[in-house]
Amino acid sequence: MTITSTATDRRPQLSPHFMFRWEASQDAYILLYPEGLIKLNPSAGEILKRCDGEHTVAELIADLQDAFPGPADDIDQGVRAFLDVATDKGWLHA
Amino acid sequence: MPKDSNGLTLDGQGKPLWLSLEITYRCPLKCSWCNNPLDFDDYAACELSTDEWKRVLRESRELGALQLGFTGGEPLQRTDLEELVAYANDLGFYTNLITSGIGLTEARLVALKAAGLKQIQLSLQATEAAVTDALVGATAHERKLDAARRIKAHGFPMVLNMPVFRQNIGMTDAMIAWAAELGIEYIEFANIQYYNWALVNRDELMPTLEQVREAEQVVQRWRDKLGKKMTIYFVIPDYYEGRPKACMNGWGAIHLTIAPDGVAMPCQEARVIPGLEFESVRDKPLAWLWHESPLFRKYRGLDWLPEPCVSCDEKEKDFGGCRCQAFLLTGDAGNTDPACGRSPHHARVREAADTAARPLRFRKPLFKRAAGTVTTAFLED
Repeated sequence: MTITSTATDRRPQLSPHFMFRWEASQDAYILLYPEGLIKLNPSAGEILKRCDGEHTVAELIADLQDAFPGPADDIDQGVRAFLDVATDKGWLHA
Repeated sequence: MPKDSNGLTLDGQGKPLWLSLEITYRCPLKCSWCNNPLDFDDYAACELSTDEWKRVLRESRELGALQLGFTGGEPLQRTDLEELVAYANDLGFYTNLITSGIGLTEARLVALKAAGLKQIQLSLQATEAAVTDALVGATAHERKLDAARRIKAHGFPMVLNMPVFRQNIGMTDAMIAWAAELGIEYIEFANIQYYNWALVNRDELMPTLEQVREAEQVVQRWRDKLGKKMTIYFVIPDYYEGRPKACMNGWGAIHLTIAPDGVAMPCQEARVIPGLEFESVRDKPLAWLWHESPLFRKYRGLDWLPEPCVSCDEKEKDFGGCRCQAFLLTGDAGNTDPACGRSPHHARVREAADTAARPLRFRKPLFKRAAGTVTTAFLED
């Protein structure tokens, strides 16, 4: 986990060339991109949905803590861990 | 929310997630490794109409298809390409165009962008004009470079595809350098598969193991240097790996190809296998073709597997390899892919690879793709 990618004032945004949307036939959010396709699990979908380039990491964590039950710390850590992975895979940029 | 947010899966769940539409086999180029059938010329008269392709798009979307490749032949030969892209885009497909770049004018690029095209895969065979032009049998190099620059100027993500064989494998380094300068995000070195035209020319096209290893090292050096700026795919030639490829992720698992005449196939080469019944969307609903037809059920799943696959712990990884290759090299599509070191027919693959490594031998000119050059009788002897 690097400080850069999880800095709370970062405003993560989907990288250009990635298409994120709900897909009824998969009952899931999906990511489409050149040569690839990923079905997202429910929490990954909920996080990516909020990565609009306008809200900060802190804001989207707070929003998810409001929207979903469970210990706030767990959500905080889960979101940061996912943002790291998604940034590393090139889905997101700051 | 679950704690673990990293779990990401891709499971076809029996859906044809990946749709390839071979909208025409017509093409201005004469590539000696073309994967179109040897009798490609016979298909021009029976291509699906615009409305028929639209029906295919609707029916495949209902089956759960998501990624869509317009391919050929050269798909730009169809003047209704833009109309089909727009229709597919509206249905929710991620639309990809797989092109030689010949015919990709400014006007068509603008129209394709407006139609919602998402991505373009452009083929380029060499970094020197004389080499490209000789390989494809046309003055194509400069037009391909123009196409590449225009694609980038219009902001499309682009996959540069270099089919790899003996004649161009030494240009791997120069090709990546050129692509990096242009800002291309993805480059794919596709060690060609030996079916159809490539099989006719196999002894002349197959690179040596030494050449392949050298190219792999070049790729690794560039990956280290470029990091995330560019994704470099290097498709391993199974002839040298001793392991078969997980061809199409399994027969009838996630890939669906429709030929110009509407025939639904588990892969683009499936028609080389005799004795299978090929049926068209003109005659049957696509849902039936995908789920129920004898063709798609023939090698689907693991139940049909022969030995040594049945008792192999890698069967869920490679599904027994490629059916077309099994047929072409062993005479039975139901055999283990001979690219596998455990196949009793593995010697056939070794022989071909050894021929490639023989330094002093008679060299033949490449057969160019052209109507009537080769008859299918060639493969039926």
